[in-house]
This record gives sequence, structure tokens and C-alpha cells, in this order.
Amino acid sequence: MSTEETQVFNDSDFDTVVETKNGILDIDVKEIWKYKDLMLLFVKRNFISQYKQTILGPAWAVVQPLLTTVVFTIFFGNVAGLAPGGVNSFVYYLCGNIFWQYFSSSMSMVSHTFTSNSNIFGKVYFPRLVLPISTVMTNLISLGIQFCFFIIAWTVFMFIPGYTMHPNWTIALLPLVIIQLALLALGCGIIISALTTKYRDLAMLVSFGVQLWMYASPVAYPASLFNGGILEKIYWCNPMCPAIELIRSSFLGNGVASFKPEFWGISWIVTLIILTIGVLLFNKVEKTFMDTV
Amino acid sequence: MSDLALKIEHVSKQYRLGAIGGGTLKGDIQSYIARKKGEEDPNSKIWSDAAYRKNEKFMALDDISLEVKKGEIVGIIGHNGAGKSTLLKLLSRVTAPTTGKIGINGRIASMLEVGTGFHPELTGRENVYMNGAILGMTKAEIDKKFDKIVEFAEMEKFIDTPVKRYSSGMYVKLAFAVAAHLDSEILVMDEVLAVGDMKFQDKCLGKMGDVSNQEGKTVLYVSHNMSTIKRLCNRCIVLDHGKKIFDGDVGEAIEIYSNNDTVFSNYHEFKKADYWEHYLRSVQMLNTTILNTDDCVFESGQNVECELELHSNIDIDNLRLRLEFSNATDTFTGMSCSNKISRILKDETKKIRFSFGTDMLSAGKYKVTYALYYANNLGQSTTVDLGRNANRICIKETPTEDKIIGDYRMGGYTRYPDITLLE
Repeated sequence: MSTEETQVFNDSDFDTVVETKNGILDIDVKEIWKYKDLMLLFVKRNFISQYKQTILGPAWAVVQPLLTTVVFTIFFGNVAGLAPGGVNSFVYYLCGNIFWQYFSSSMSMVSHTFTSNSNIFGKVYFPRLVLPISTVMTNLISLGIQFCFFIIAWTVFMFIPGYTMHPNWTIALLPLVIIQLALLALGCGIIISALTTKYRDLAMLVSFGVQLWMYASPVAYPASLFNGGILEKIYWCNPMCPAIELIRSSFLGNGVASFKPEFWGISWIVTLIILTIGVLLFNKVEKTFMDTV
Repeated sequence: MSDLALKIEHVSKQYRLGAIGGGTLKGDIQSYIARKKGEEDPNSKIWSDAAYRKNEKFMALDDISLEVKKGEIVGIIGHNGAGKSTLLKLLSRVTAPTTGKIGINGRIASMLEVGTGFHPELTGRENVYMNGAILGMTKAEIDKKFDKIVEFAEMEKFIDTPVKRYSSGMYVKLAFAVAAHLDSEILVMDEVLAVGDMKFQDKCLGKMGDVSNQEGKTVLYVSHNMSTIKRLCNRCIVLDHGKKIFDGDVGEAIEIYSNNDTVFSNYHEFKKADYWEHYLRSVQMLNTTILNTDDCVFESGQNVECELELHSNIDIDNLRLRLEFSNATDTFTGMSCSNKISRILKDETKKIRFSFGTDMLSAGKYKVTYALYYANNLGQSTTVDLGRNANRICIKETPTEDKIIGDYRMGGYTRYPDITLLE
């Protein structure tokens, strides 16, 4: 034994070398890709387990945005009169709600990655990023169901005279917006999850913060409420704002909401910055979070 | 590529005592301020202020170096807290070492727990895929092995039932089957065989032997069950307080592990830890001394002479002493009882001398547990005091033709009177 132990440790002799800490930029994308099957299985697991033993099954995905939209239509639309004219306020709110819902639920689910999966993480290794990514993908399925529902409602109201809807070419940008929402939710979520492995305090803020964020985004009211001045510019820097406005203007028409390409560009930059910070932070804690979680 | 499956070099893992218990920023700031002031940490839970003042660190693993060749089955044994599970956790990359490096050749399938990631709502089939993927297999690989897995687990009938309807045995069988059929080159197991029925345990051990011998896989196996270690492993590592104290032959390793806490001393004072608390202890054993030796080594057949000091809180005249012998692996091998001890008065401290024979003990190391008891006229007995492992003695045999027992494993057992061959 003693002679063997004096051998030098040669990294190239081994497939994997486990060291003390990750380098800050030590992100193995190839490894995550290798676990793509696991990612899909997590998506399947999350989705199946969510709706097992329910009568309505995945139809439940529609119920929540439907009820929220009804409430919004009554209170923000009819009572407060915040909905823009010339468009059916139900469709208007439904459109904003389903995308906001996708973002907010993905973000809060991702933010619990470490705490709710510590039993798996504590027993076996796989690239930790697999789980948050699959969470975001699972929610895409719900978004798909909700989007179909929206399309049905949209088509129906299209043929009801009195409401004018002017869909335009920017509908083609929809996949990009959805990707943006997914990345933003992933980024915000993993930042929170990385910061909450040791201190849970931040987790308390999440559900509350999501609500505040909603009121800072054009979900319950049109962005045109902010008209002119520095306030409007600040408001539009919220990455959720150009995204939701873009979706609304492409389905409902330019007068209802406005698409501002320059702010959409900024929101993409913000999204990518948040995502990068998130991945770096996540990468830093993933190796030893088991000791503190 | 070298023929090594694993190389661990100067690996340590350090935990901070009690410091993580706080869990909130406030708690950590409190602890920090307290440390700066040199005061007792308001958040430390178990550890005394003294331990905290030194900002004591706990080394779960302390400078471990290790090499494992491909195809070896290595057992890892050690007492609770020796660092076995920490080592496996580092190997399976659940957490990172504080210092040092680990090199791994091939995929590691770790079974620190069976059924990791099993979801109760999913069917057996879905969970096989889930579990396999968590352990690092692709879907195509699981497809290929699926039938074998189900067959091994004996679960053909139940595979499409959600696992929440499974019995715990079925659950474990399925989970083991998945892990055992992985295409990984290294299998890391932490006492998972402690489950399932005897037959299935046997099957698992056989399978593990096969994966190593026929498929050339490397197995690291942690267990407290010495018989499975003995059966399965061809090399064994003993850990103690985070350090590697032995690496090599399995039999020797078990011997070292079993006698790890042995101090061969002819004097023993009964301490609190020796007692079983539910005894009344109306008569207390204080200490015992072996009189006719210093090193506690006896030739088989030689008498052991002892002196036991007692203190009685009652007036008692029917007290008896029972000695219980266990061998190095803590298996009880026999006992011996005394006559009535002459009357002891209330509040008297008395020394009692006795001797016992060792001719029934074959060569090996024994622990002797003392029990004081009394019996009434109806034969009901009550134990008043018990001190575990008070004496540790070593029996030596001069090998003569009569004494040959034929198998070295039988050391440390009671030897009954010889078989009489009837002509």
C-alpha cells in the first residue's frame, strides 16, 4: 500500500475528479445534456403526480387562471374601470393572467428546489440544475393547456360583434416571449433557492414579493396608465412589462397594448443577466448545500 | 487509463459543531458576536461553551487516502460516527470534501438509500425509469434492462401498480433490482441489505458477488453486519474517528473493528455507561479486579480469579452472580452462575472473591458481563445490577492434537464437551 500511496495524483487518469470547490465558471453544460432523459422523467413525474386521483385531471390547470380572470374582470375591469376600452376585458385579463401565472408559479416552485428535494439531493448525484429546469418545463405543459383555453375564448370573442381585435405579425414572437419568461423564472428562482439554503428568511419574502411584482407589472391594468416621464421608463424596465405588453398587443391589437422593441431588448438583457447570476450562484452552492440546508 | 477505479487522496471533511443549527441570519450574527466577545454562543445546542469558544471543528473524515482497483469488493466498517457514511457521501458526490481530491473512473451508482426518488403516485414501471435515470442511466439503457430488473425483483404482476400500494418489502426489492442492474462501473452501498426477507437478502448478496466477479464492477460496501462483509468482500477498511486505521484482509479487519474499544486491563470500575438503567441497583457493583494476571491472557483451562467489590443498600442473603460471555463479534457464547453469596448487610461494602474456569472457551477474545440477581423460593429471579463488558479476557491455546478445531473461524466460541464416538 505504502508504495502506491506515494504515486502522484494525475487528473488525466480519471474520468471524474471531485475537488473541494467548483470554480466560478465551472458549469458543465454537456453533463446536463447527458441527463436529458432524467429531465424529461422529472417533467413527467411532476405532471402525473400533480393531477393523479383528480376527476378533472389536467383541466384543473384552467380553473385557477379562469377564476382569477373572472375576479380581475369584475373588480379591476368593471368596478375600477382599469381595462382599456375597445376590447373584451375578460379576454384582456385572461391573456395577461396565464403568462403571469406561468412566470410566478415557475419562479416560486424553482425557489424551493433545494428545500423540497433535499431527500433526493442528499442521496445521489446528478447535475442539480436538472431539477429547476424540469420544473420550468413542467409548468410549460400547464401553460399550453391554459393557452389552448385562451385561444378558444379569443376565437369566440373574435366573432362577437362589438369587440374589435387586431392580431398582428408580432404573434410570431410568442415562442421567444415564452422562452424569455421561462429563463427569467428560472433565473429568479435559482437565485432565491441558492440564497435560501442557509437562511430561510428570504423564502418568506418570495410569495409576498411575487404579489408585489404582479402589481408592478401590467397584469391587472394596462401599461398605458403610465404615460410619459421618467416613471414610464422605469416601469418599462421591469422585464415582465414589455413581455406581457408584447403578447397582448399581438393578440388584441396595437391600440390595447403597446409593443416597444427597445424595451423588449432591454428586458432580454436583464433576463440574461439574472439567469447568469442565478446559474453562477446555484453552481457555487450546489456542491455543499447538503451540509447547510 | 489506469487500472484504478477510485483514488482518494488526503481527503478530509469538516463540519462546524453546532454552528449550522442557527439557520437564520439573526442566529448567525448572534453567534458571531458571541464568539468575538468570547461569550457563550446563545445558539449552540449541544456543545458546551468551552467547545464553542475554541470554535471547534469536527473532522468527520481526517486525511483519508485510499486506492481501489477495478473489480475489487471493498468493505468499509467502523463504529457509528467513524465516517463511513461521510466517505460514501463524498464518493457519490452528494457533498464536496473540505480538502483533498477524489478521482473516479467510470460511473458511480450510489445506494445510500434504496428507492431514491421513488414517487408514491407513479407505477412501478414509471419508477424504475425514474430511479434508473436518477442513478445516471439513459432511457435506452433502462429499456434494455427492464425485463431483467422486473424478473430479479419478482414483481411481474405488480409493475403497473402505483408504488404507494406496495408493501415495504416490494418497494425495496424493486429499488435494489434497479440499482443492481445499472451499467455503472462502481457500486456504492450503505447497508441497504438490511431489508427484505432472508431469501432476497441472499439473492442480493449473490448478485453483488456476481457483478464484481463476472462483470468486473467495483463494489464499496458499508455495513455493520460482519457476516455479510465476510462473505462478500475481498478487502476491508476500518475507519475510526475519521481516520483509516486498517486496510487489508477481511478477517483481520473484523478482528480490529471488534476489539477497537478493548483495553485489556485487569481492573474495571463500573461506570454509568455500563449499566442498564432500568435495574433497581439496590446492590451496586463498584469494581472488579482479575487477580491472577496482569495482561488478561489465559491458557485455555486456566482458572480466572477475580475480586468484585459491592455496595448494598439492603440487607440481602440470597444474592447470586452470573457471568455472561460474549466473543469479539458481540455474540453471546455462554454463561456461568454462582451459588448464593453470603449475607450482605445494609450499607455494607464488601469484597467477594470468585474464580471461573475457561476450559469451555476456545481460543479468542471474550467480554464478560456481570449480572447480580436473586431468586425467591418459587424460582422467580430478579436482576438487581448489570455491568456490561466488565472484563475482557484473551484465551490462548497451545495447539496440540486434541485441541485442533479444524476451522479458524470457530475461535471465540464455547467448546462443548467432546463428541464421544460410540463403537
